[in-house]
Amino acid sequence: MIDIKQNAMTEEIEMLVGKFGSTRDALMPIIQNIQINHGMISDFAQQEVARMLDVHPVEVYGVVTFYSFLSETPKGRYIVRLCRTISCDMAGKEAVARAVERELGIRFGETTADNKFSLEYINCMGMCDQGPSMLVNDLVFTKLTPHTVVDILSKFK
Amino acid sequence: MDKIVKDNRAPVSQKPLTMPKPDKDAIGATVGIEINGNPYKVLIGTTILEACRQNNIHVPSLCYHEDLCLAGVCRVCVVEVEGMGTLQAACTFPIINKIKVRTTSEKVRKARRHVLDLMLSEHYGECYSCHRNGNCELQKLAKEYGVDSYKFGHVEKRRYQIDRSSYSVVRDMDKCILCKRCVRTCIDLQEVGVLEAKNRGNNTKITTFMDKPLADVICINCGQCINRCPTAALKANDPSDEIWNVIDDPSKHVVIQTAPSPRAAIGEEFGLPPGTSMTYQMNTALKMIGFDKVFDTDFTADLTIMEEGTELLMRLKKKLVDGDKNVMLPQLTSCSPGWIKYIEHFYPDYLDYLSTCKSPQQMFGSVIKTFYAKEHEIDPSNIVTVAVMPCSAKKFECNRPEMDSSGFKDVDYGLTTRELAQMIREAGLYLPDLPPGNFDDPFGDASGAGLIFGATGGVMEAALRTAYELVTGRPVPFENLDIIPCRGFDGVKQASVKLEKVKPEWSFLEGVDLNFMIAHGTANAKKVMESLVRGELSNIHFIEVMACPGGCLGGGGQPIPTSPEIRKKRAEAIYQEDAGLPVRKSHENPHITYIYEKFLTDGPCGHLSHKLLHTQYVKRGKFIG
Repeated sequence: MIDIKQNAMTEEIEMLVGKFGSTRDALMPIIQNIQINHGMISDFAQQEVARMLDVHPVEVYGVVTFYSFLSETPKGRYIVRLCRTISCDMAGKEAVARAVERELGIRFGETTADNKFSLEYINCMGMCDQGPSMLVNDLVFTKLTPHTVVDILSKFK
Repeated sequence: MDKIVKDNRAPVSQKPLTMPKPDKDAIGATVGIEINGNPYKVLIGTTILEACRQNNIHVPSLCYHEDLCLAGVCRVCVVEVEGMGTLQAACTFPIINKIKVRTTSEKVRKARRHVLDLMLSEHYGECYSCHRNGNCELQKLAKEYGVDSYKFGHVEKRRYQIDRSSYSVVRDMDKCILCKRCVRTCIDLQEVGVLEAKNRGNNTKITTFMDKPLADVICINCGQCINRCPTAALKANDPSDEIWNVIDDPSKHVVIQTAPSPRAAIGEEFGLPPGTSMTYQMNTALKMIGFDKVFDTDFTADLTIMEEGTELLMRLKKKLVDGDKNVMLPQLTSCSPGWIKYIEHFYPDYLDYLSTCKSPQQMFGSVIKTFYAKEHEIDPSNIVTVAVMPCSAKKFECNRPEMDSSGFKDVDYGLTTRELAQMIREAGLYLPDLPPGNFDDPFGDASGAGLIFGATGGVMEAALRTAYELVTGRPVPFENLDIIPCRGFDGVKQASVKLEKVKPEWSFLEGVDLNFMIAHGTANAKKVMESLVRGELSNIHFIEVMACPGGCLGGGGQPIPTSPEIRKKRAEAIYQEDAGLPVRKSHENPHITYIYEKFLTDGPCGHLSHKLLHTQYVKRGKFIG
């Protein structure tokens, strides 16, 4: 079973290499695509990318850990990212954060037991005038209050 | 410099600059600069740091290392460049126009102190119990900049666990200051790629793939990262406590073998200039420490030459006369355990090209616990063999499970030059003051051929001295037996020797050009292997590969610091000692003749030597499970 999955992953990366090329600079688009398709970049996928681009696996690992939107571990289906930068913080981020934690039953940096939600902090995404703001996967939610945030999250449940 | 665009609201630091052009706009042109008010002329493209060092102006540096590419990450070397809004890192600033530099202003001094304070706030400093105490670049800088308090705090408690999984390299990330020298060593200098920075900002950490322990990744144990670490974040796995224990145990017969490279370098640990040979003082010191016998690894280096040279001639015969397809040429040397692990990981399908000979260290271990034990009627279970090596990979090698052909662990402990120097200090001895002493019989006197194993090209030179004479009956056609094409520090060297008027039994080699290659550092080895994979090396017969830049004398167990200059000095010391020895060819070493008469009676590559002196390799591959 593992072999079949790994072969599928190898084929997928081969296809991506065909599309983006096999030079070092193709690394970003390739791993972004893997992240979108699988929600994570497994250690096997990282080594396969490294092998095909002729870079060291640890360099791929360095890139994956550098960016917050790339992950080497499995995450929930919905990744809730709350802005923690100063404007959102002053607009009442802390109360929203507590409400989200209570609603999902997890702390920041954790994933729910049913693998549905992951909760993270992020830094500024340019919604400073409409804080506190939050991302759920690709969707932006602004002007959050402890009440509205619970409503929003319940829609994803 | 003064022509800053006026009508622009941007702060000064962001304004575009117009700098005056240099006199002549070409490579090799010089440019007149001003440092601290004094005029200097430097080549275009020189960095500020290089310009300062050339002119004896002190600029501190930390992440800069002569062997590595530039990084500019530590910011200790900042200087003021007139016209620039911010301070510039001297190590990465190429001089292309007439700049005015200040290295001593208030701004510079304060910035450097701040940088240091920030580094110290992340560094777990417990200097008394640190093995780099007295040889730490961070400690030296803290003294230089008069750090008397920790402005931004100090790490009082350990945050990370020490990674002791590897036999060779110990990683203590609490002492890491993120200069990335190890990363650049591993990725750029050696092209192994084990270490890299993970995460970013204040979460940055130097780590291995998926944070795995060092023993589980594709580390080749060369220890080059240890030699370049400015602090004690990386160190060799130190067995000296266990060695003291066996020395103090009267029932144990403790035998030490000393490799050629440590003697050319150990003086540096005692403040002597690089390239001071300490062979005979070291013998005295080892005896005074309490080792029962002090032997010379050069003896088994000679033995290696006999075995490896014979193996090469046999391969040539099989290939050229019998047309055997299973025989692989070129033959690759197998003396460097770092290189062995490299090829096992990166080129597992090419292990048949490797010579099956063990390294001199392991040959010595198995000879000691068989031949020596029998001759001197000592129970081999009571013999402890210690090897002084310039190498951290030797620690891994002696722990390889297959290295027990004597029936016991062939070599019990691998000790690096640094650790031996520490033991000598601990014993209360000052090496340069000791009287010279000799090696013990029977493995004392070795030939110069064994000695030059320490430098890159040495194995090749030693092998040629023997093989040529074996085949033709005459010494190699080079003045004083110095085979100059084998020497020097070019990454990959290639040369050939024509075999003429050969002895009748080697008639198939008449007129053959013996082509050989020499590579040092695994980055160069990779180049050679890539051409081998592409099938471009079919005319080459013999390739010497050493995992460390410069060969063993630049090994991961040698005194810190290391630089191209220091390695050159050490090589000179080794070649000088070789030139002064009475016996300079392996096959003329009387002990070698003796061991083949008395013990290995079926000759080189015979049945017994295959059992004791040859080994096999493991296909490891690159995949990290």
